[in-house]
Amino acid sequence: MNDQLLSVILTIITASTPLLLAAIGELVVERSGVLNLGVEGMMAVGAVSGFGAALMTGNPYVGVFAALAAGAVLSLLFGFLTLTMVSNQVATGLALTLLGLGAAGLMGESFVGQPGIHLERLHIPGLSEVPLIGPILFGQDFLVYLSLIIVAAVSYVLFRTKAGLIIRAVGDSQQSAHALGYSVVGVRYLCVMFGGACSGLAGGYLSLAYTPQWVENMTAGRGWIALALVVFSSWLPWRIVAGAYLFGTITVMGFSLQAYGIGIPSQLLSALPYIVTILVLVVISGNRALMRANTPACLGQPFVPDR
Amino acid sequence: MKKWMAMAAVLALGVPATAAQAADKLKACWVYVGPVGDFGYSYQHDVGRKAVDKALGDKVETVFLENVAEGPDAERAIERLAREGCKIIFTTSFGFMDPTIKVAAKYPDIKFEHATGYKKADNVGIYNARFYEGRYVMGQIAAKMSKTGTAGYIVSFPIPEVVMGINSFMLGAQSVNPDFKVKIVWVNSWYDPGKEADAAKVLLGQGADILVQHTDSTAPLQEAEKAGKLGFGQSSDMIKFAPKAQLTSNTDDWDPYYIARVQAVLDGTWKPDDTWGGMKDGMVVLSPFTNMPDDVKKMAEDTVAKIKSGEFHPFTGPITKQDGTTVGEAGKPLPDGELLGMNYYIKGIDDKLPQ
Amino acid sequence: MRLVLEKRAEASGRMAILSPVIAIALTLITGGIIFALRGLNPFSALYVFFVEPLTTSWSIEQLIVKAAPLAMIGAGLAVSYMANVWNIGAEGQLTAGAIVGSAIPVFFPEFQSPPTLALMLSLGVIGGMAWAAIPAFLKNRFGTNEILTSLMLVYVIQLALDWLVRGPWRDPKGYNFPKTIAFSDWQLLPQFQLLPPSVGPIYINLGAIFAVAAVVALAFMMGRTLKGYELRVQGIAPRAGRFAGFSREKTVWFCFLLSGGLAGLAGICEVMSTVGQLQPGISPSYGFTAIIVAFLGRLNPIGALVAAFALAISYLGGESAQVALGISDKTARVFQGVLLFYILACDSLILYRLKIIGRTPGPAEAKA
Repeated sequence: MNDQLLSVILTIITASTPLLLAAIGELVVERSGVLNLGVEGMMAVGAVSGFGAALMTGNPYVGVFAALAAGAVLSLLFGFLTLTMVSNQVATGLALTLLGLGAAGLMGESFVGQPGIHLERLHIPGLSEVPLIGPILFGQDFLVYLSLIIVAAVSYVLFRTKAGLIIRAVGDSQQSAHALGYSVVGVRYLCVMFGGACSGLAGGYLSLAYTPQWVENMTAGRGWIALALVVFSSWLPWRIVAGAYLFGTITVMGFSLQAYGIGIPSQLLSALPYIVTILVLVVISGNRALMRANTPACLGQPFVPDR
Repeated sequence: MKKWMAMAAVLALGVPATAAQAADKLKACWVYVGPVGDFGYSYQHDVGRKAVDKALGDKVETVFLENVAEGPDAERAIERLAREGCKIIFTTSFGFMDPTIKVAAKYPDIKFEHATGYKKADNVGIYNARFYEGRYVMGQIAAKMSKTGTAGYIVSFPIPEVVMGINSFMLGAQSVNPDFKVKIVWVNSWYDPGKEADAAKVLLGQGADILVQHTDSTAPLQEAEKAGKLGFGQSSDMIKFAPKAQLTSNTDDWDPYYIARVQAVLDGTWKPDDTWGGMKDGMVVLSPFTNMPDDVKKMAEDTVAKIKSGEFHPFTGPITKQDGTTVGEAGKPLPDGELLGMNYYIKGIDDKLPQ
Repeated sequence: MRLVLEKRAEASGRMAILSPVIAIALTLITGGIIFALRGLNPFSALYVFFVEPLTTSWSIEQLIVKAAPLAMIGAGLAVSYMANVWNIGAEGQLTAGAIVGSAIPVFFPEFQSPPTLALMLSLGVIGGMAWAAIPAFLKNRFGTNEILTSLMLVYVIQLALDWLVRGPWRDPKGYNFPKTIAFSDWQLLPQFQLLPPSVGPIYINLGAIFAVAAVVALAFMMGRTLKGYELRVQGIAPRAGRFAGFSREKTVWFCFLLSGGLAGLAGICEVMSTVGQLQPGISPSYGFTAIIVAFLGRLNPIGALVAAFALAISYLGGESAQVALGISDKTARVFQGVLLFYILACDSLILYRLKIIGRTPGPAEAKA
């Protein structure tokens, strides 16, 4: 029984981590007032870059870095269009998805059918062997820990530091932030790149840790789920963890129930994560004041300073 | 701007020369439902296309359209190929059946071949592979190799072909161990490595020690490798992904078929056939048996030989369904029509078939 | 040196015309370079991509078939987004419309008369509206963010469709394959001849006519009616809208029902024309692509029609490039992304003036 529970928990962790990574990055982007719908495209490019770099160097950590860098570079393109050229953010993000998925397919043509380099799991002699708790707390790959560290850091920076205050000011009231002498566009560029790096990392997690391989369309819509989770979190970092793990848990529980042979239509079980996410959001969105207080007021609005 | 366009047009007029040069070659075309980079179903068909290129390259030019969604785009994609001078068009997914028939009616001089469907016409042939033959052998191997007596089966969608595969696998397994169990998880996708991996982990956690998949990615096999368990590949040989876990892989080999059909068009002997090829025809190939003792290997090879010679058919009647009723005459294989529409589990599968 | 945009005093009329031209010119140059790098003649490649889809009556027909659902859904979404109502789930509403409308041929296959057609189309609209009503209700009643609910409901209804066509609605004679019976006669959209055969026979189906009618009606509503004014005010100045006494709740309902109904209509039209039966795949992401269409058309219904054609050309061009030039579907998608980037970036030139200025680091930049 313990083994079963353990395998379910471990599966949930790997299923949730890519969602968590992509969503926490997008949360920062949106906090600065920018809506980047291109998460899926950046994830795909991150996945293929990470896979390729690891394959060529034989080092999965180089792969992780390449995934992160690729996501950031692609987001820079988005930043140039939406921040410098003030193009429409929604449409540009969707175009970025098209471009990213296509580019990833092109970049990965020669990687298809090649086994990848696997990101090793942590192993601390003694600690990792403690029943149940050991493998969960001390037996993950480092990206799992990193994802939680990023959440903690984002939460700290956004709400406890001056930098966070500036980011939120830029997202909530761009004109006043500008009047106070902050570079709205500059801050947003940095946030967009952070988001891109996180999306790339999420992609890298797919191709290096989750399922070490590259195939086209391997992101399979996870970027969209990540976007929905940001809304779910009402832009509060720790709620992203709750959302991502809730989503992962219900997905995995669905498979688990099927394997027991309970005879519920598998389509219903597959639909459950979406339905439950909606229901939970309905329940927690009862507190409208909290929602309103945390929704970035300038989300999606272009900014050009008056001169 | 107009000038630009006009210029482009004028310059382009010089170009169709290349098309004209190619015109004396026969154009053979393919439509794929997925990307050629899926390393699964569409990938294998594209391997077949490349084989045609290689074998008949001096007389044949090949063209393909990938990522064509089943639905509104399918008919247009097929008709486009017909209009572009393709002489034979292979439409490789079930959902292309009705569009293929529609387009074929408009272009009687062009040959069409549709994979995995059942509608034929004067210029539409159909073809498919008897994947279930490989799955029977896999079932036998699984029953021999499993310590827990339980296999985990990861599946995409409940269509007859997939159901047939599960049944054939279990018939094979029961021939070795009548009490063999299978746990089934539907992931509702042909193709989502992450979900396939999740399902694999769950199944391994619930005591399955051998994984079978009817989805396209290498993820389940990789999970088996990681957990030190065993599994079977799908569509292509996946041994590189799981050198210690893969027992064998149920691969599709379309090369000989495609070469023969295109050759038939060249020779003017093409007819709208109904081909359902198996191991005998080289369409279904089990990749080398690995990670198993010699006696198991011997058993598997014997079964393969018997299926090839026609001495044995996995679905030899009577077959007992879950509800206890039987189908088929004793000692005779189930008719192909019965197999093609299979929508029931056989006895011994403790699960309910999604209806 | 850096690029900076400066607001124009008023929208530049010259740029409104010039910007698409610049965008296309830039795309042609970039595309030419991409194709040349892949070893193709850039001129013939661009010809195949942009001109060929317009050269035969067949390809024009296909263009209309592809653009019609995009325009229909895109126009509805444009109105919705204009009023700050974020319906991201048109793909789901399209699916719901297709399902509900298809109930007629599934349950009453013998029912064959003109009312069949009308009933199926109406049920399609109702299905789309019903599915769109869920996020609208949750938004109004609980304040639940409609972006999340409408998006998640797409996946739910797609799985429901999957369940239906594999289970209860399956064609009993279809060898247990996932599809309903094939629709026939009055269960399919009639076709009309657009131009006389001497010009080149171009057939269009009723769906295309609905699309144009929807675009014209919505353009009229937005430009000439109080309702349109109300929606625009709520989009541009929500607070002013509240002071003017416009009901936000009613607007949310109106926008969701309108855009959902049009998406449902597009869904049932696809099922009744290009697909001909209900099956798991009934839309190549029309509902999501229509979001690009809405924004590309500057949230203007007429603009959405133009944008729908632009996107349709790029899809069909990509397809013909695959066949004629042997480039992959991926190259076509990258090229499509680049095209959209240029169009979107050049659009900004209508409202802004591009300036290149010397290096004058601001305070925040020094920090960065």
